[in-house]
Amino acid sequence: MPKLNFSAYDTKGFYDEMFDENQNIRPNYQLFAERLQKLSQKKLNTLQHATDRAQLSLGMTFNVYSDNQGIERILHLDIIPRIIGNSEWNQLEKGLQQRIKALNLFIQDIYNDQKVLKDKIIPKEMILSSVSYLKELEGFKPPKDIWCHITGSDLIKGGDGKYYVLEDNLRCPSGVSYMLENREILKRTFPELFEKLDVKPVYNYTHTLRDTLESLVDIDKPTVVVMTPGIYNSAYFEHSYLAQQMGAALVEGRDLVVKNDMVYMITTHGLQRVDVIYRRVDDDFIDPEVFNKKSLLGTPGLFRAYLKGHVVLVNAPGTGVVDDKAVYAYIPRIIKYYLGEDMILPNVKTYICDEESDCKYVIENIHNLVVKQTDASGGYGMLIGPKSTKKEQQEFITKIKAKPRNYIAQPMINLSRVPTIADNTIEGRHVDLRPYALYGDSIKIIPGALTRVALEKGSIVVNSSQGGGSKDTWVLNS
Amino acid sequence: MLGRVANTIYWMNRYLERAENYARFMDVNYNLSLELPPDEVAQWQPLVLITGDWELFTSLYPKVEKNKVIYFLTFDKNNPNSILNCISSARENARAVRAEITKEVWEQINALYYLVKNSAVKKNQTDKQLRLFFTDIKNGCQLVYGMYYATISRNEGWHFAKLGQLIERADKTSRVLDAKYHFLLKSPKLIGSSLDLIQWAALLKSVSAYDMYRKKYGKLTPSGIAEFLILDTEFPRSILACLLSAERCLVSLSGSSVGFSNNAQKQLGVLKSQLEYVDINDIIAQGMHEYLDHIQLKLNAISSAIYNSFFSITPYVQESSQSQKQ
Repeated sequence: MPKLNFSAYDTKGFYDEMFDENQNIRPNYQLFAERLQKLSQKKLNTLQHATDRAQLSLGMTFNVYSDNQGIERILHLDIIPRIIGNSEWNQLEKGLQQRIKALNLFIQDIYNDQKVLKDKIIPKEMILSSVSYLKELEGFKPPKDIWCHITGSDLIKGGDGKYYVLEDNLRCPSGVSYMLENREILKRTFPELFEKLDVKPVYNYTHTLRDTLESLVDIDKPTVVVMTPGIYNSAYFEHSYLAQQMGAALVEGRDLVVKNDMVYMITTHGLQRVDVIYRRVDDDFIDPEVFNKKSLLGTPGLFRAYLKGHVVLVNAPGTGVVDDKAVYAYIPRIIKYYLGEDMILPNVKTYICDEESDCKYVIENIHNLVVKQTDASGGYGMLIGPKSTKKEQQEFITKIKAKPRNYIAQPMINLSRVPTIADNTIEGRHVDLRPYALYGDSIKIIPGALTRVALEKGSIVVNSSQGGGSKDTWVLNS
Repeated sequence: MLGRVANTIYWMNRYLERAENYARFMDVNYNLSLELPPDEVAQWQPLVLITGDWELFTSLYPKVEKNKVIYFLTFDKNNPNSILNCISSARENARAVRAEITKEVWEQINALYYLVKNSAVKKNQTDKQLRLFFTDIKNGCQLVYGMYYATISRNEGWHFAKLGQLIERADKTSRVLDAKYHFLLKSPKLIGSSLDLIQWAALLKSVSAYDMYRKKYGKLTPSGIAEFLILDTEFPRSILACLLSAERCLVSLSGSSVGFSNNAQKQLGVLKSQLEYVDINDIIAQGMHEYLDHIQLKLNAISSAIYNSFFSITPYVQESSQSQKQ
């Protein structure tokens, strides 16, 4: 059986995580490459196939929004891991901690003293006009002054080999269950490598999560629950997985009632008080009394109980304002303002269409830029200039002119690539990186991540809803 | 435990038990049909009658044919109680209570789902393939029970799961007996013949009761069989044995072992007592069909009472309970 060889592997034009520009294997991939080269393509395909089956049997499936109910997909897991060396990771960790600390201070400020607005670091209208800014929270401080307990930032690595933060995701970042289950699966695929490579473990995530949630209240044995929109939500697997791993009840809005501004769940033995809710329901849907009146996913009165301090919501409502892509552009200044430090993890250069000179630039250079709608996510509402038609570009220009506040643009970044199994061969595919952070007593970055991979050749859209897959991410101890 | 979750667990187990029973009915019937004169209606109609979905069947299919009956009970999406739909519902429910069950149980239910789903799309399956499929379903369900038994704590969820299984099992035993008993007694020509014996034996096998019955009674007699399936206290699929086990679950859930502390306990206690103080001659004198019909109605009433006592105990929740149409 012929063994795998990488002589035809193409690294031109992109940063490759496994090979340097001279086709030499990077140090962090050395052992893995040795292992890989002992395999035949056929054996590799067999291992990949076993992985697909394992995912089905674990029930790691999701429904895509546009699909009819009942169509389930797995998030394809490519078995070639993304491997990150120790020093590279340490830098990443510091950068994320800095960013989250600053953003938390920022959120507390804009709902309270608004110093950052008074000092004109960021235009007042930009914050107050954001659809994610919740006026109802003005003057409110959450328990322990923490707003963004759980973060899953999206990072990319450019052609220069540097990480950039693409999105901060302070609302309900998903995917952490894939990080955890991918690891379990890969441990079965390459058991001997884990022994030799000294990969940092991720298994304690759910323990740390539970500790983080409990740390928010001064109650002995608080009742912690996970709140899900229900079984048809695309991330339901994750909601039930986290609840089960934490030993918490998995509730839907209809399982909760609010009486005298206290939150209770309806059990077989009557009502039971709830102290902390890790809610995976968006702000707009958590309470039909205050927000979306038609929401059936929430619980009437929940927000009232929250404002009175009778229940903790995680993440806090109102954090979405940071996910506004126009606010993103100001984050370097936000970090400087609150911490007096320079940003460790850079942003991608961002043009704000709401600012006249930027807007002009965007319209003139739209064919070279990636244009994004400020309040959209999941790869929707986006134009990739170099890959778009003239007609599509014109449509976006019209939209930008009509509502400049709703658009930003960024230069096209050549996302780094990792070797990936494709049609009986191995080719480079573009990836991003989503590490997870927990903010309780301190800010902890879990040493691992969900690496999302654009499976289609040449594609840079890694979102699971648009043909993306995933990879396990190994952070090495040395 | 959340009321909604308890309800979901209860039904997850009812669906599994139902699917397993259907698979067994069909497998036994297949076996039986090999030994009987080729009369499709006589052989396959009782199967549909047992399930209580005769009306639905006749609305979908003009006449009773073997293949139609098998399809209806196995893969028909229009039949809410087909094996396909039961296993799908059991899995949906398992998914909804994933946090309450173990990885072992979930993965086995999930595997069952893929077994049915993949089999449902195969065209022109042979009798041999189908019988293998029924065996796989039976084994698959029993694997779930085994994993449940071996990995789940005896907590509230356990008792609700058990309740669902026992109520469903009692219901199915009563239905099998009802449909077959009549059918067999109605054909007097056959009484005492070898064909007759095969059919009575098949009735017992439909509820996995043949071996234990033979051990206890030796001879196959209609009244002996009826007595065994209704009143035996040791055989786990007899109606009374199911009720006795269910009663213990309700005691654990309610915390009172004397009298009753909710309507579910009361209704179940009444039916159980009736069976404890009746003998088979009374039942035959009263009319077997009427008696079994009464039992089925009472079982439904118990199921509703469980719903009202545990799953929907505040005016805040309004949710319709899942149920099987009678």
